[in-house]
Amino acid sequence: MGVQKTALYDLHKSLGAKFVPFAGYEMPIQYKDGIVKEHISTRTHAGFFDVSHMGQFFLEGDETLIEALEKIIPSDLKSLKVNHSKYSFLLNDNGGIIDDLIVTKTNKGFCIILNAACKENDIKHISRFLGKNHKYLLNNDLSLIALQGPKSVEILEKLIPGVSELKFMTGNNFSYDSESLYITRSGYTGEDGFEISISNKKVKKLIDFLIKNKVKPIGLGARDTLRLEAGLCLYGHDLNEKINPVEANLKWAIAKKRKEVGGFNGWRKIKNLLTNGSEKIRVGIKPEGKVIARENTKIFSSNDEEIGFVTSGTFGPSVNGPVAMGYVKSKFSEIGTSLQLEVRGKKYGGKVSELPFYKKSYVK
Amino acid sequence: MSEKKFSKKHEWVSLEGDIATVGITKHATEMLGDIVFVEVPDAGKSIEKEGQAAVVESTKAASDVYSPISGEVTEGNKTIVDDPGSVNGDPEGASWFFKLKIKDKGELESLMSKDEYDKFCKENPN
Repeated sequence: MGVQKTALYDLHKSLGAKFVPFAGYEMPIQYKDGIVKEHISTRTHAGFFDVSHMGQFFLEGDETLIEALEKIIPSDLKSLKVNHSKYSFLLNDNGGIIDDLIVTKTNKGFCIILNAACKENDIKHISRFLGKNHKYLLNNDLSLIALQGPKSVEILEKLIPGVSELKFMTGNNFSYDSESLYITRSGYTGEDGFEISISNKKVKKLIDFLIKNKVKPIGLGARDTLRLEAGLCLYGHDLNEKINPVEANLKWAIAKKRKEVGGFNGWRKIKNLLTNGSEKIRVGIKPEGKVIARENTKIFSSNDEEIGFVTSGTFGPSVNGPVAMGYVKSKFSEIGTSLQLEVRGKKYGGKVSELPFYKKSYVK
Repeated sequence: MSEKKFSKKHEWVSLEGDIATVGITKHATEMLGDIVFVEVPDAGKSIEKEGQAAVVESTKAASDVYSPISGEVTEGNKTIVDDPGSVNGDPEGASWFFKLKIKDKGELESLMSKDEYDKFCKENPN
């Protein structure tokens, strides 16, 4: 299969996008303004992100569909209300994270948003647990647009009345240009905003409206700095199949009931780790000064013991300094613990930091 | 100051007496994007032509800066260390990286003129 393009490829090009290959797609890494300006305009006004490379995976079925999915997703899907979303994962037998995802209960079943690089593999994994009476579809006729930033609600409400009533991590069907589309109040930047699932045919019209309302196009570069400041994980970097949710410091995303009752892949191991703690754990790291500790930077204790490594690290434009996250031995994970980061052969100071680096309140 | 000479690795150098001033080109800053970290060499450090001399990082990645000419560093530009973003503003002027006492003026001959460099950039857009 050749390189894929989203329905907005030509539009990105006309907006001065620089493209990079990402998960088999040609995706914009930045536009004319550059990463820092794109980041700031998302935090202060609003930005739109073409995330159509992500998988929009729809499942339909009866009660047995919930049972099947609960074997690989540790959310309480039985209690999840229609139009409510949860952040969760697909787990392997060992409790390792095959992908992180957002699952939304729909009228007929579920919609799961999958990472682009993982979607094919995810679907193979999910389908192994499904029965004959369950239907599933990766819908490639739909684009997915994230509209993020404090002005998102005011702008989208003008075009699609009613969206302002959505609470964070809920969604609904809306009509736009004589078509039904699904919108959730969610995102991955630490800002208020929406994810809009819209047909490839209508997406350009939506984007034209956003641009007219001074919403800037935002590339993958700023998406990365925004999500890292918000303390959110990037699959393939901060998460992988060898890391479980306890180590990833994401145990909050496992439903309370399911922690106790189990019935999902890797539960025995996860339950043990929930009781006894894991050997290593993901933490936020604030390097001192300006030095950027990028992925794979070795982390040492103040006594020069090697204790872990960085999984994501960049310059945070809103923090106005370097930010990172990584895995350290759990006894070094307390907020404020002094660390050393080895960058280009030299050790620089840093501290375990609270996540997120940048706080904003969602609309609840 | 002499006319600027350019390297294939997107550094520029200009000469005043036997002191060379080295920086990165505007084209380099455009490729890098927003510069957020800079490391320059300390005075006294000996650097060979094409040897690693400084570091420049954008939000996306870290890149080495090589010296287009051999010599001993007389000064690193602390202003750009304190304000890395200034490199995007004036890369071929105030935001130079370091100055060197050069060893061999002849080394300049292998470098490109402005016209040659512009042509090189067009032919090698990345």
